[in-house]
Amino acid sequence: MPVLTILYACLFYAAAAVLAAGLAWKIAEYARAPAPLKIPTTPAPATQAGVVGRMAREVVLFESLFRANKWIWLFGWVFHVALLLVLVRHLRYFTDPVWGVVAIAQPFGIYAGLAMLAGLAGLWARRFLVERIRYISTYSDHLMLALLAAIAATGLAMKYVAHTDIVSVKAFMLGLMAFDWQPLPADPVLLVHLALVALLMAVFPASKLLHAPGVFFSPTRNQADDSRERRHVTA
Amino acid sequence: MAAATVQAPPLREYPVIPILAPDAMAGSKPYPATEKMNEALGFPGKLVDGWQEKAVLKIGELVAKNRGLRVFLDACVHCGACTDKCHYFLGTGDPKNMPVARQDLFRKVYRRYFTLSGKLVPKLVGAEDLTESVLEDWTKYFNQCSECRRCSVYCPYGIDTAEITMAAKEVMDSIGVGQKYTNEIIGKVHKIGNNLGLPGPALKNTLETLEEEVKEETGLDVRFPLDEKGAEVLVVVPSADFFAEPHVFSLVGYAKVFHAAGIRWTLSSHASEAANFGVFIGSQDQMKAIAGRVREASLELGVRRIVVGECGHAWRVAYSFWNTLIGPFDYLDARYPVPQHICELTYDLIQRGAIAFDREKNDAHVVTFHDSCNVARASGMGGIPRGQFIIPRAVIRAAANRFHDMAPETINEHTFCCGGGGGLLTDELLDLRVKGALPRMEALQKVVDEHGVNFMATICAICKAQFAKVLPYYKFDMGMIGGVHQLVSNAIRLGRND
Repeated sequence: MPVLTILYACLFYAAAAVLAAGLAWKIAEYARAPAPLKIPTTPAPATQAGVVGRMAREVVLFESLFRANKWIWLFGWVFHVALLLVLVRHLRYFTDPVWGVVAIAQPFGIYAGLAMLAGLAGLWARRFLVERIRYISTYSDHLMLALLAAIAATGLAMKYVAHTDIVSVKAFMLGLMAFDWQPLPADPVLLVHLALVALLMAVFPASKLLHAPGVFFSPTRNQADDSRERRHVTA
Repeated sequence: MAAATVQAPPLREYPVIPILAPDAMAGSKPYPATEKMNEALGFPGKLVDGWQEKAVLKIGELVAKNRGLRVFLDACVHCGACTDKCHYFLGTGDPKNMPVARQDLFRKVYRRYFTLSGKLVPKLVGAEDLTESVLEDWTKYFNQCSECRRCSVYCPYGIDTAEITMAAKEVMDSIGVGQKYTNEIIGKVHKIGNNLGLPGPALKNTLETLEEEVKEETGLDVRFPLDEKGAEVLVVVPSADFFAEPHVFSLVGYAKVFHAAGIRWTLSSHASEAANFGVFIGSQDQMKAIAGRVREASLELGVRRIVVGECGHAWRVAYSFWNTLIGPFDYLDARYPVPQHICELTYDLIQRGAIAFDREKNDAHVVTFHDSCNVARASGMGGIPRGQFIIPRAVIRAAANRFHDMAPETINEHTFCCGGGGGLLTDELLDLRVKGALPRMEALQKVVDEHGVNFMATICAICKAQFAKVLPYYKFDMGMIGGVHQLVSNAIRLGRND
């Protein structure tokens, strides 16, 4: 077994463990902390079903962001939807046989890769061009964009510039999941791509990427406007 | 200490987002509370020894007991959606008045002491030690937030800067850095029963004088009862309603509504204050103690209903928090919402035809309505969707013929704060208050120009006091501001129940 394969196998196990444990820890923290008072941002739905609808619009359409700023919404929404499609496309490396929906998503996934990069470029440009956003940007904001852009760029490079042996990559991934390691091609672009993905997984629970689970726990969005009808008490 | 000059920015026809003016408001800071004021609320009198450690411990305590705070501190991605939403930023250009930047004053400390990345690589993630200069920034910029929640409407994760401002104030109070205006007033409520420190006998006199004045005006015995056992409705109003103008005109309006509808009501000298400044300093204990007086009074007087007067943050506390803090209200009449807003009550009577108006009596007024932030974004009315926007407007339209809304992006949930909310309604912050009113003043100017609006109705005592003070800085007549029930008072038909 090549050293490289062992190294990357360990890297991915470690990254997956950090991601899973870190997220579970943070989610448990959010779930455990009480919400002492009713603070939905009103107008808010009066029922739980309404709250589910509000949250769905927030998560799927970025409703509040749309009302706030059309440019950020455009770049942000395009990036996230594209990322979702790209992830779906990548499921082909983890499933055998490949699921029907994943097969259908394949051509869209490629365009999504480009759209993802475009969305990131737009968001990043704002960090330089808009004075207010330049002021609030930290190094980590830039690095996070750089990380995502580099992942997208190396992925696209393997599609359009230097093909890698994707059959072996798939064997490696399936092997990882079955604890039956298969050799990983020593292709530099692929190695960079995978290392960056592992890095992203590892920093996820310790970074602003916590907005993903966080939004579901946000009391201004997930509480119903029923404070007079239902007495809200936390232990 | 206080800003030396008060400068109103020019009104623009097409408002644009300001260019950043770093430290433009670095001189704006409220007076600190005295030792006595802090101690009266159970806070340390002055800055405690080892304040850094104690403040950090307090932050840990707060994030552990408040899910919202924890999520808000973790979830921000610095997208910038909120950066142009705060009226104080729009009026001052000071970048620390951008909601995200204000939050970051707190978040950077949280990151430094409570997150892995902040502990390991503080510079990278913008984490910072809690130093004296950070605390100094807190005393300035968390007193430049009116907790109006406008930014939370637009945040993709619903991050509410008000919650972070409240947390910062809790931390500051816990180490002996209290704000004079709020802490002094809370002390008065505990001691005397209301924000203005108006004792029972003075209250009684005031109400008797009002009865005489209304008798002179109408020839009718419209009553202003105080501490009347057996009344059906306890009315809790902001204490400014007792004598400040234009507030008192609305109190007269409430009295006329009860008179016309034949409902027996009473005020209480024990709970002579609807306002609850406990919310401004984020203290649930204070909120509960202040609200507790209302429960006590309602039990003591044996009323069946509780109605709240025109006061924005009071309505938030009453509508959203009372049930949690001082409920359950199973001893009250279940056929009415508890608590009920005076606008809900009046609206209900209008719907049922129990009261009627001579609208033309308000024809001298071309009216617009300023949605108060706590009513708009932190409460509801009438149990109907968007009731908090519909009902006050419906009451105005029932009482007045001429009504024009301001631009849609400045009303309803998008409304701009008056500039004086959140415990900032104090003279040493006047420059900030004037500048913070800019977005509202620009929207007002538009309807003044287009429709000849000469009366801005609102249902908040702070809004009324704030506008009465700042309108002249923008060349408006201070008499333009008034209450919804002031219009009701002008036009309601009386004489049915005397």
